[in-house]
Parts: sequence; structure tokens; C-alpha cells
Amino acid sequence: MKAVCWRGKHDVRVEDVPEPKILNPRDAIIKVTSTAICGSDLHLYNGFVPGMLPGDILGHEFMGEVVEVGSVVRNLKAGDRVVVPFPIACGSCFSCQRGLFSVCENSNPNAWMAEKLWGHSPSGIFGYSHLLGGYAGGQAEYVRVPFADVGPIKVDSGLSDDKVLFLSDIFPTAYMAAEACNIQRGDTIAVWGCGPVGLLAIKCAFLLGAERVIAIDHIPERLRMAREHCGAETINFEEADVYDVLMLATGGRGPDACIDAVGMEAHVHGVIGRYDRVKQAMMLETDRPQALRQAIRACCNGGTVSVPGVYGGFIDKVPMGSVMNRSLTIKTGQTHVQRYMRPLLERIERGDIDPSFIITHRVALDDAPWAYDTFLKKQDSCIKVVMKTNGLASSRQTGSEVAPG
Amino acid sequence: MAIQDVETQHRTEGRGSVPQGRPAGGGKAGGLQRGRSENDEFVARALGAFGVGLGLAQFLSPKRVGRMIGVGRAHSASLRLMGVREIASGISILRSDQPTNLLWMRVGGDLLDLALLSAALKSRGTSRARVAAATAAVAGVTALDLLYTGQLSSWLERGPVRVSKSIAVNRTPEECYRFWQDFEKFPNFMKHVKSVRRTGNQRSHWVMEGLGGRIVEWDAETTQDTPNQAISWRTVEGSKVHHSCLVTFQPAPGGRGTIIRADLEYDVPGGRASSFVASLFGREPGQEIMRDLRRCKQLLETGEVATTEGQPSGARVIGH
Repeated sequence: MKAVCWRGKHDVRVEDVPEPKILNPRDAIIKVTSTAICGSDLHLYNGFVPGMLPGDILGHEFMGEVVEVGSVVRNLKAGDRVVVPFPIACGSCFSCQRGLFSVCENSNPNAWMAEKLWGHSPSGIFGYSHLLGGYAGGQAEYVRVPFADVGPIKVDSGLSDDKVLFLSDIFPTAYMAAEACNIQRGDTIAVWGCGPVGLLAIKCAFLLGAERVIAIDHIPERLRMAREHCGAETINFEEADVYDVLMLATGGRGPDACIDAVGMEAHVHGVIGRYDRVKQAMMLETDRPQALRQAIRACCNGGTVSVPGVYGGFIDKVPMGSVMNRSLTIKTGQTHVQRYMRPLLERIERGDIDPSFIITHRVALDDAPWAYDTFLKKQDSCIKVVMKTNGLASSRQTGSEVAPG
Repeated sequence: MAIQDVETQHRTEGRGSVPQGRPAGGGKAGGLQRGRSENDEFVARALGAFGVGLGLAQFLSPKRVGRMIGVGRAHSASLRLMGVREIASGISILRSDQPTNLLWMRVGGDLLDLALLSAALKSRGTSRARVAAATAAVAGVTALDLLYTGQLSSWLERGPVRVSKSIAVNRTPEECYRFWQDFEKFPNFMKHVKSVRRTGNQRSHWVMEGLGGRIVEWDAETTQDTPNQAISWRTVEGSKVHHSCLVTFQPAPGGRGTIIRADLEYDVPGGRASSFVASLFGREPGQEIMRDLRRCKQLLETGEVATTEGQPSGARVIGH
């Protein structure tokens, strides 16, 4: 079968690999119909995530059709259409029973590696380094899904792939980030990063009752989408001082909550940007946390900094004094997707939200190398790439229509 | 029998104790923590003084030292730097109340010296014989340094090694106990144990794959079987390998399942040094027990062992 394989920094290739098999009684094999490239896949593409091996199959946002189930899987059968959550979770450990699926205690066979780096191990994740289990990912024609009796959600309604695919990761991720803000009537929320998660976080913040959302980025088309499709006010950080503008907009109080939807590879200019790049290159710091620094400084006294952006290792010059002295709360975590799939599917079915508005490119799986490169460089107004495994000719086709938000 | 009784019984079997009164974790007893005699301290200080002397020589006349150890005149700057490092570590050792601890710094320096000398051995324009002699000298000092840090003596020490690991499992003590009562199913989660066969009432025959695929076999006898609380066994007299293992099942507070704890005590042929070597291959029993316990938890909680063995991947070559 065809699969998108990681070969090294800035090198992914579509290769012919063996088809996956059932390895455990609770597995299922899914024939993938749609699979997306996530912003966090770019951290792998850029070589910032440790524990990748050449030949690893990428992809953790995918959906498709069940073709085979293990001996004890009762809730799924061949032919079912499912969306699969990116964290792999057993459903029966202490974490899973508290709804903390992304820190499942049983799904990472390489837990000892993660423990060396982080003290404890989170759950396994599809296609996201051997540190997180080394599971083959879903940017392929077929994928093995462990604990298939817990994770995948059946989609019986006639909703298109595009509308439900993002239940696998970025829609719940944006929702959990907004939920963590504990939004009250009259709240102003600031969102750093207008990529797919940032844009959906703006939508979710409004869904949860935010009065105003202010979005921060530097890419004109992303800022435009934040304004026109999501109803946010925007700040281009290349043109204005983010802190000053936020204070002006909030009477000096700052946003009630701040969402860092950027993570470890913030684009930063000036001295501090060079400082982070040098330290990162020298392996003295693994992540560039400029969005987090700004979010902390700007956040209202007693407010919440919510961090859906991915960090991998160590950060430097983070103003802990500002967090402590001003009673801030930091909330973060890989998304507990299993917890949100059902209620968010219902929201899509009710028409509260259609997450497909972020899709800018629909391409064939064969176009993965081009798509990664385009997404990384944010060329061609690229915001979200969905790869199709069936029927779509390799044409680097651009999705021209944007669904109404 | 209450858990306390189980512990007491184990302590009377001659194990040490950790703060909670449990069998000891082992490891450091023969190492840095051990009290040192005045003689040891004298040697440590002598090593410190030697360092200062050598450092001064390197710093003040690097060219002469360079000729002496056969690397020529070309490396004066690096020799001066090494000299400064040597003086600094020597002075710290001389000034410290616990000079043996600071010898660790010296061990690091020694390894650096050895690395540089081995590079010198390979490069042209050096006198091999002199470099080799210098290497031997540094290796000797390294051995002395190691000896007086206590690490070498601990590596060479014979006698049992003790390892304790525990894992919280979302199952009742009864379920966990029943799981561990079934010796013949141990290979399901003990990665290197190939088979366990009950050969008698209290007896079992074990087959394990050792380092490099070597098959190791032994007979074990059950020494304790306290329902829902503890199971232990040990190798019988005359076995090629010697170890004993106690597994206890303690209810976790607040009804949060069971804490399964394994205390392993084993003799290693070749002393702790071989245990250290095994750890480099991920085969040190402490590491293995933790991974086995994790697989045990997976089986108890999920009914299967998480794996990716047998899944597809692209070719495992760079730039394929």
C-alpha cells in the first residue's frame, strides 16, 4: 500500500509498504479515506521531535472505513465509517477513567523513553515518534488502530469527510483550549496563531460565550480568515506591538484568557528571536516559546493561559514571576479527544459549526511531499491540507471554494 | 497475614530497609555513601596534589610536557587549558572536606585526556611510543581515581544486588494475586522468560533467554504464597543462577486499585560491573522488571500488551 514515510528533516516520501495486520485482539484495520497534515506534523518535518526513525509512517488525523476487527471488538464491524482520535487510549486505566485519554497509562509501548525525557509517559500517538509509541500513522491507505473498541467514533449521518475529519484532532484540540479558558460573560480571549487550531479556537471561544476574540498572527490571509470567517479582531505582530494593542483594546487590563496555539516553533523577530534560534541550534533549548511569553505577559490578573500548542522539551526565559505574582493559571495537555468526539459531532450535526472552512487544499496522498513543503512555507495561501486516498488524481489541486463559516 | 507481617518476615530474612521499612533498593551501598578511612582521604589528597603539580607543569611549560608525552609542540594552547582544568580540580580536591566526591570531576577529566590522547595516537606528527606511554599513565591515574571514588570497588564487589520496583494497577489485590499465582503465564509479560513449567507442588522450571540469545535454565521453589497479599520464590540450591523475588499486592489508597511491588535480589557472575554492562544493553534487571511490571499492568487492565511489532514501515535507511 502507499504510505507517507518520514525519511529525515524536510524529507517525506510516498512509499510502497506492507499493509498493516491485526496484532492485538482489540485492534481494527481502517481503510483511510481522508487524512490531514497537522501543524504538529511540521515539528516532525522540521526535525524538532526526538525519536523519529527513517521509514516511520506519519499522520494522526484520519478517518475511513473499517475493513477488519480483532477478536474482542464488538462495537465496530467491517464497513463502518469511523473517525479515529489521535491519542491511543485503553479506556480502563486510572487516567482514561478520569477522562484523561491522552495520558493513558497503557498505550505507549516505549513509555520508558518518554519517562527519561518527561518523568512520566503520555499515551501513544499515531505517527508521532517512537517516544510516543512508534505507531504507524494514518497518512496511508490502511492503518492499524489499537483499542478500536474505545477510540473511533462511528459517523452514520451523511456528513462529508471534510466536515467530520477534524474530530480526530484539531476541532477537539481547539475546543479543549477554549474550554480551559473557563469563559464568562463579557470575556475577551486572545488567540496566538491563526493556523487551523487557532482559527477553530476562535470559533469555539465564541461558541462558549466569549464577548470578543482578538487573534494574533503575521500571515495576511490567516488574519483575514480570522476576521471574515471567525469574527475575530486581529493584530499583525509584524506591524504592531502585541502587548500595547491588547492593553489598548482592554483598558489596560489584558485579555481574560490567552490561548497559545503556536507552540514550540514560534516565528520571532529581533534580538529575542535570534536568541531562541541560537539556543535551539546549540541544543540548549529545544523549543522557541515566544507566543507563550507574550501570552503570559498580556494575560489579565487572575486569568488563564491555555496552551494547545505543542512543546517538546525545554524552554527558556519564560516569565514565571508574572505567572506567580499575578495569580495566573496555565492549562495545557495533548487533547483528550475521546472525551469530545460525541458532543462535538452533535454540534456539527446541529449546524453549530462546520470545521471544514479551514481546508485550503485537497490533494492526493501522492502529493504529500509537495503538500508538506507548501504547508511549511505557507505558500499558495495554505492553511489546511486534506489528502484523499480514493479517486482524487494527483494534481496538486487547490480547493477554491471555502465553505461558509 | 497483614502486610506488616509480610514485611517483617522479609526483613528477618536479612534484607536491608528503606525509609518505609520495605526491603532495600540496593545499589549505592558500596559506593559514594560509604564512610572512608583516613588512609583513603590521604590518597585522595595526594591525587589532588598530583593534579595541581601536573597542571602547573602543563600551564607553565606546555611545550616541554608536549614533547614528553609525544604530541610535539603543536598543542600548547590545549595543553595549557588542560593544565588549568587540572589545577582547578586538584585545588578543589585539596580544599574539600569530602575529597573523594570531587574525584568524580577528575574521572571526567581523565576520560577527556584519554580521548585526546587516543586522537593523538591516530594523528601524524606524534611519537606513538611516547603517546602510548602517556596513555598508559593516564589510564593508571583514572583507575586510581575511580578506585578512590568508591565506584570501582562497588563494581567489583560480589554479593547480591537488590532491585525494587512498583506499579499501580487499576484492579483489586485479589485479581492481581490470581494473575501472579499462575507461574506458567509469566512469559506473557516477562519479555525474556521463554517458559515456566510447574514441576511439583512448590517447584517450577524456568527457561530464559539471556544476553546474546544464550539460554539460561533454573529451578525455583515457592517460598511464600499468602493469598491476595504476597508471593515469593527463589532459585533452588545448586542452580547456575541465584535469585529470589518477592511480589506484594497492597491496596492503593482510596480504592484506586493495587500497588504491585516486586523486590528482586540476585547474584551476578562478575559482580556489579557486569550488571553495569548489562544496563547498557537495557538488560539490567531493574530496567527489565519495570518493563515487565508495565506489561503485567497492561494485561491486567486491557487484556493485551501494547505493541507495534509487526506493523509496516518504510525502509529503515536514511536517504533511501
